[in-house]
Formats: sequence, structure tokens, C-alpha cells
Amino acid sequence: MSLRFTPLGDQAIIIEFDNTLNEEVQKRIRRAAELLDKHSPSWIVESVPAFTTIAVFYNPLAILYEDAKTALENLLQQIGEASTPLTRILEIPVCYGGAFGPDLEFVAAHNGLSAEEVIALHSDGDYAVAMIGFAPGFPFITGMSEKIAAPRKDSPRLRIPERSVGIAGIQTGVYPIETPGGWQLIGRTPLRLFQPEQEIPSLLKAGDKVKFRRISEQQYHDWEEHRHAEDS
Amino acid sequence: MLKILKGGMLTSVQDLGRYGFQKYGVIVSGAMDPFAHRIANLLVGNHENAATLEMSLTGPSIEFETDTCIALSGGDLSPRLDDRPCGMWRIIAVKKGSVLSFGAPKKGCRTYLAIAGGIDVPEVMHSKSTYLRAGIGGFQGRALKSGDQVPINSVDSQRLASLLKAANSEQHWQIPAIRYFKEPVVRVMKGRQFDLFNAESQKQLFNELFTVGSHSDRMGYRLEGVPLSLEQPTELLSEPVSFGSIQVPPDGNPIILMADRQTTGGYPKIGQVASIDLPLISQLKPGDKIRFQEISLEDAQQRIIAQEQQIRQLKLGIDLKMEE
Repeated sequence: MSLRFTPLGDQAIIIEFDNTLNEEVQKRIRRAAELLDKHSPSWIVESVPAFTTIAVFYNPLAILYEDAKTALENLLQQIGEASTPLTRILEIPVCYGGAFGPDLEFVAAHNGLSAEEVIALHSDGDYAVAMIGFAPGFPFITGMSEKIAAPRKDSPRLRIPERSVGIAGIQTGVYPIETPGGWQLIGRTPLRLFQPEQEIPSLLKAGDKVKFRRISEQQYHDWEEHRHAEDS
Repeated sequence: MLKILKGGMLTSVQDLGRYGFQKYGVIVSGAMDPFAHRIANLLVGNHENAATLEMSLTGPSIEFETDTCIALSGGDLSPRLDDRPCGMWRIIAVKKGSVLSFGAPKKGCRTYLAIAGGIDVPEVMHSKSTYLRAGIGGFQGRALKSGDQVPINSVDSQRLASLLKAANSEQHWQIPAIRYFKEPVVRVMKGRQFDLFNAESQKQLFNELFTVGSHSDRMGYRLEGVPLSLEQPTELLSEPVSFGSIQVPPDGNPIILMADRQTTGGYPKIGQVASIDLPLISQLKPGDKIRFQEISLEDAQQRIIAQEQQIRQLKLGIDLKMEE
């Protein structure tokens, strides 16, 4: 599909790469995001990649819509030649169930599985980060087995504890900070996915490969203690 | 230092926002009424991006611990300096020990306080804006409360003298206040998914009166009125949104995304408020009414440019006066 440009208000453009999510479009988006970062002309304020789109925020005092669109079209012609950025593989330790995963039993029952089977399937997959959005550092992760898919909660929880791992449909993700949210919670990770003091404040970025590794409650607490010791 | 005697309903440190980090899911934040924020700063000789205090509906009480100059802009929350009503949209000299307080909201609901030198808080991700939900930026990542001591940047004595002279002069600089209406007509461009809505809803967006719902805040304004609906139910993939995006969830009640919006959203966007009119929305309170009028993208951008020229002229005028 050729790129489709539409205005997002008077200070941004949305570039649509495709209308369905697939690996190819994700790759093209990563390349495009890399190109935009590298060649970022001064009129670009920032670019924000999503599932099948990238928004380019621009300064209308420096350039108007039609010219910005043409410039972006020209820049993105190089997309074919651009190399795909290196893929990182990160492991996310998860302590499943119990107080950390209050919806684990629901996800199991919904799919006619035992809690153990849900954990085994969730910690066995090869995952990829499709997008960071919703909350700071929040990864939308694809690649989960459909056998453990579960609908969002009918009414969202008002407070989801930070670092909760959840499922929504066939996606999985981690809440980096405490927010309201509707995903089914199956566990918690000791990792901090949002690190505002770092130059790059999100631990994960689009394109990263991810594996979930099961840890015990004891290991979870050891990890937390270790982190607090490092922080102080 | 500013000594906070009473925090008010929601008083937070803001600048023009945190850009460059939306790709990491970090929201922009910043002043809800960027125009008022910028003018207040310019009036006291600050850079327009300097940190100000944004005060909502029920204002705070603030004691000044040094002689300085301030400017108030935005909504009129009946400001008083000690026992006298305090002017807005102009530079004002303040004595050490004076107390700024607020009364009933008269017009609008958000006031900006700029102080010569600007509020001195550390930058987080290149911005001083408070990101309330993540607890970062601004003053300790939170709204101000009584007992807080908020640092301000020092201003050299010569500069302060020129500012004080300007504040006490009969010809102090002042700019015409922006007109915040109770029932504003807000200019809106068609949104990216406008065509997915049924013909009736497309017309209703520009013909009907909407009411600001009670769950309206810095994140979004929830509107109530005739429910808007899609031609046929459609599931969209989340995509980036911006300040002023009007998205419509399945219940049909539009939500206008504001300064603390999330970076992405999955609801169809029927419209997009022209940047120039965002302050009109930011100053609305729950229960206020609003009407939309269509504007083209070209027109919306030309108006940004025209407003910028006005602001530049004001800035030039002030710079000249400061050199006198």
C-alpha cells in the first residue's frame, strides 16, 4: 500500500502505512521512524510511531501542510534503502497469579484452561513490541497465543498497580505507572519500564523482541530489594 | 520564594509542554491555555516558555517573599492583591509580604500567574510542566498545597528596576484580554475519521449545542448533547492524537483531548479544534455550552500565523520599553 497522508489538526500529519497490523508494516514504520529521527528537519517538532501510522508534529510557522507533506513524501522515498534498525531482545521477569495477577483465574476459565497452562503459554511465546503508547513506557506487545486471549474488563479498574502485566484481546502489555485501565491482570514484573531520569525514558521501544520469564514471589521480592538498594 | 498559604483546587507549574517524548508514551502536558501563559510571561519580561502557575476554578493564596513583578492572565477568578482587586493582562508590582488570593470565578476557569524570572523547578525531559499522573516535573511532580515554598529565579536588580518602573508607570503595557465567552463558537476542522460518521452526525457536529460534562479536566473535555454515531460500527487501531482532537467513543458523546491527553487513542476522530481556539475550550467549566463551526486547514494555519505576528509585536514593544 502506498503511503496515505492526512492532517491531524493544524500542526501534525498522520502518515498511514497500511490499514492492518502485520510484520511488514511494522518494519516499514520502524525504518521510517529511524529516517525521520536521523534527517529530522528543523520544522519537525517530533514524530510518534503507532501500529500502522506515524504522526509527524510540525511547526506551522516554519512550514505549511502541503509543503510538509511533500517534504515527507520525498524523505520517505528512501524507505526502501533504509536499513532496519537492530532488533534488541529483552527478557521481562513476571511473577504470575496471586495478588499480582487477580484476573489469572478469569483468563484461564475464559479459555477452558488451568492457571498453570495460561502461565506456561504466556511465558513461552516470542513477542514483539508493536507500539509504545497509552501511558509512559507502556508497550503494546503482539505475538501472544490466541489460546489465552481475553476481552478487556467491562468497566476499567480505577487503579492498576504499576508494573502489572495484563492481557487485552490477543495483546499483552505492562502498566509502567499506576493508572486506570481495563486489561486483565495476570502478574507483575519487578522491572521499571518508565525511567524518567534516563535520556530515553522508556525501557522498551517499538520493534523490540520480548520474552516473559516466570519468577517466584521470592525472586520477585529479591529483585525489588536489589533495585531499591541500587536506587538509594 | 512563593509561599503557598492555600493550594486551591488544582494549582500546578506548567510551561508550553514536554515535546520529543511522545514516542515513549510520555504525554505533552503544559499550559491548557498556551496563549494566556505566553502573554503573562511576556508581560513580566520572561521567555514565553518560562514556568508559570496554572490555577483552576478555586484559586490558591500565595505570599510573596520578595519585591517582584507579576502578571495574571487567562480566566478571571476575581484576583485580589492584599485587600484590593488585582488587574489582569498587565504588569503589576508586588511588595514583599503581599498576598495574592482569588474569589469567585467570573469568566473562564484557569488563570496563569507569571512572575519575573519564572518559577525555578528542575527540568524533566526538557520541560518544567507537571505530569500529574506520573508524578514528575513541576513542583515535586504534584499540585501545590499549603506550606509549599516554591522557588523563583532571581532577576538582576537593574532589570527588576525597569520592570518596577514599567509596572508603576501610567503607561504600563497592557494587551486586550482574550475574550472568553460563556457559549463560544469554536472553529473545528474535519477529523481524520469524519467520513466514517453518518450524514446526520456530520451535520449535528456543526449545528447542535453541546454541554461540557462534569468529568472534564486537563486530560479531556467530555461533551454531552445529541449522541454522534458511525455509519457502521468500526474497530480502529490506536493512532496518535493531538491537542484538540475530538474523538467519539461508542456512547456517542464526544471527548475533546486536552493538554494531559494520552499520546494515542483508538476512538474515531470526528473533528479537530483549530489551535487558535483551544484557549476558548480550556476556559470552559462543566455545564458551559459550546458550538462548533467548520474551518479549513489553510484558514486555521493562517490564523496561527496572524496571532504569532501580534504576539511578536507585543514582545518587541515590551523589549523596547525595557531598554528605555
